[in-house]
Amino acid sequence: MLRDITLGQYYQTESVLHKLDPRVKIGGTLLFILTLFFYKNFLGYLAAILFLAAVIRLSHVPFSYMIKGMRSILFLLLITVAFNLFLTPGTVLVAFWKLKITQEGLKAAVTIALRLTMLIIGSSLMTLTTTPNNLTDGMEKMMGFMKIFKAPVHEMAMMMSIALRFIPILLEETDKIMKAQMARGADFESGNLIARAKAMVPLLVPLFISAFRRANDLAMAMEARCYRGGEGRTKMKPLQYKKRDYLAYLCMVGFMAGSIWLGRLPVL
Amino acid sequence: MSIVKTKDLVFEYIRRDEEGNVEGITTAVDHVNLTVREGSFIAILGHNGSGKSTLAKHINAILDPTEGTVWVDGMDTADPEKLWDIRQRAGMVFQNPDNQIIGQVVEEDVGFGPENMGVPTEEIWQRVEESLRAVGMYEYRKYSPNKLSGGQKQRVSIAGVLAMHPKVIVLDEPTAMLDPSGRKEVIRAVRALNQVEGVTVILITHYMEEIVHADQVFVMDQGRIAMEGTPREVFSRVEELKSLRLDVPQVTLLAYELKKRGLELPDGILTTEELVKALCG
Amino acid sequence: MSIILDHVNYIYGGDTPLAVKALDDICLTIPDGQFLGIIGHTGSGKSTLVQHLNGLLKASSGHIYFDGQDIYEKGYDLKALRSKVGLVFQYPEHQLFEIDVFTDVCFGPKNLGLSQSEVQYRAYEALKSVGLPEDLYYQSPFELSGGQKRRVAIAGTLAMKPQVLILDEPTAGLDPRGRDEILDLIKKLQTESGMTILLVSHSMEDVAEYVDRILVINKGSILLDGVPREVFRHYQELEQIGLAAPQVTYIMHALREKGLEVDDSVTTIDEAVDQIAGLFRR
Repeated sequence: MLRDITLGQYYQTESVLHKLDPRVKIGGTLLFILTLFFYKNFLGYLAAILFLAAVIRLSHVPFSYMIKGMRSILFLLLITVAFNLFLTPGTVLVAFWKLKITQEGLKAAVTIALRLTMLIIGSSLMTLTTTPNNLTDGMEKMMGFMKIFKAPVHEMAMMMSIALRFIPILLEETDKIMKAQMARGADFESGNLIARAKAMVPLLVPLFISAFRRANDLAMAMEARCYRGGEGRTKMKPLQYKKRDYLAYLCMVGFMAGSIWLGRLPVL
Repeated sequence: MSIVKTKDLVFEYIRRDEEGNVEGITTAVDHVNLTVREGSFIAILGHNGSGKSTLAKHINAILDPTEGTVWVDGMDTADPEKLWDIRQRAGMVFQNPDNQIIGQVVEEDVGFGPENMGVPTEEIWQRVEESLRAVGMYEYRKYSPNKLSGGQKQRVSIAGVLAMHPKVIVLDEPTAMLDPSGRKEVIRAVRALNQVEGVTVILITHYMEEIVHADQVFVMDQGRIAMEGTPREVFSRVEELKSLRLDVPQVTLLAYELKKRGLELPDGILTTEELVKALCG
Repeated sequence: MSIILDHVNYIYGGDTPLAVKALDDICLTIPDGQFLGIIGHTGSGKSTLVQHLNGLLKASSGHIYFDGQDIYEKGYDLKALRSKVGLVFQYPEHQLFEIDVFTDVCFGPKNLGLSQSEVQYRAYEALKSVGLPEDLYYQSPFELSGGQKRRVAIAGTLAMKPQVLILDEPTAGLDPRGRDEILDLIKKLQTESGMTILLVSHSMEDVAEYVDRILVINKGSILLDGVPREVFRHYQELEQIGLAAPQVTYIMHALREKGLEVDDSVTTIDEAVDQIAGLFRR
């Protein structure tokens, strides 16, 4: 189950999207998310869905793979939708027991569901098509101006990239530890909340110890390979805008302008 | 010429209890004198806790000597000015392949060292290609390390060190977590490194089959060098090795047992061919 | 009649196109008291196989019978099965978590719901049987050496009094003496208590000397099954899948090729010494 999380994972394949400069993808994702909040009618959302579908096609990442990653946050999504559906006051459409669904609530629920889903798919599209290293490179470069304030931009970026690399390794390890303790009769599933929290101790202690050990080993390995922070470092893959990147920016701005115009037309 | 040299090297660490009070001092490396000739293949053997890994970490200046001196290519490892030169000159490969690969893609990981050294972009690409070819992993350059086998991951680690153009590579039990085919593949890459690229190799291990081709073997015990010589010399002292918690390859053991039964055989037989020749004439 | 696997399949990754057949139609009978070596390279499915035997993984199809009972039958007590079929994983670091060794060994029997005194008695007995020095009982398990940690992990499973003990690569990362000590301990447990032992390994040399029977797993199915000398006779097949017979087998083959009248199915050094020495004395 744990391995199903595709959020923040990279999907190796060849596509235009994979080749784009990470700054374009980060900027584009942010703009896309921002745009979602400007729509007043469903035409805007329709435009966004079509745009997203087109970009997904371009990415060559199987849609089913993306959806698999959504499963883990489905619960969160449902709760948010339920809250909006039942707790928004307005013209009552249906009422049963103590719950009522209002027209405004329905609209809010659909809107929030659309926004959240697209937000998640949009941002996972970014991580699926960008290697974490590339991603952090992009962020590092975009945040470069922060260095004036002595912010450890490079270090933060490096930390993030390492964290991302170790997620699958630690997940696999969690799985192994869980099995090892279950073989000794540990029970992670039954009991009340307190009992379950207590049952996590045999899982968390070995996991933490292992994580610290890995961190220690990795720090040593990095030092042994002459790592000494960002200063004086060169890049194997320096970021340089190419023609396609400017083109992508142009598409993005075009989409924004177009869909916001559509989304604010006085229909629906 | 010696590429690595230690003189009366001592390393002690202080054990502390939970409150941070000193419980005692452990001497992990105890007056070790070692000279490694440039271009040679050195093996350091020893049981777990014999101090062999601690010794190795001195060559890369990860640890500083408590007493004595370590020179790498003529530079004193205790000299902070020379730290990065030493780490570039003496590369290190560790035991757990997962805990030393930094990159998410094979080629990015191999480029990590050169990036840190400030090598220009174009040259990094050259070095990455050369190094990956040297360990036979060029076809995998676009792979995620998580998709590789243990042996392949270790070869990537070796390439990562090789891309820094070191004169000596220290491998600290690089095969301890691998299966037999992975072990063979790593040792083959290490030997090629030594013979084709001329890199000095210091291999730390407790697998006896891996050191048969070494030029010189050092056996460590309790922080000291307990035995030293060519593999043949070392392997002819079967009982002594056993008392140091080690063993010898099956063929050596067989020859040794046969000798005890009164058969006329030379000392320290290392390969099947040698034994067959000795027995069948 | 202890464990029977009847056409067991395990498909990994469900019904996605990425599904992998990790176990392919395994049929196997493991009699009581046998010392069985399970050999295969990384990813061959050997670990997957043993995780089925205590119900940690559930077969996609097929049946597993333990003591004549189908473990997939409705109402079968899987928790009880896990105490009867003890599984010790490769890295003891994955299971040690308590503040001291003794408490850690108590974890298993405590989960069985036994009384405090029974739990402690069993832990003591288990630690005794793995030969851990008594002054280490109240030390943190994290400060032990690799070999000692392994002993504690084995004790943690023994304290549940299993009828079958499965060990997944119990010697990985140990030095030669440490390896021999653990293997000797396992052999001792088998002969003294009559437990069925399943030893998962990728080292032929290790298992050849100890086990009664070897099972070679490749790509999720059983490639070879028999007594060691029977299995090593197929050393060429073993090589094709990235494994090898013990070095001594190769020596004997080479000698035979040179015209020496030795038995080339020999699998241990002692046998080889007897053979060759006997030949030369004549």
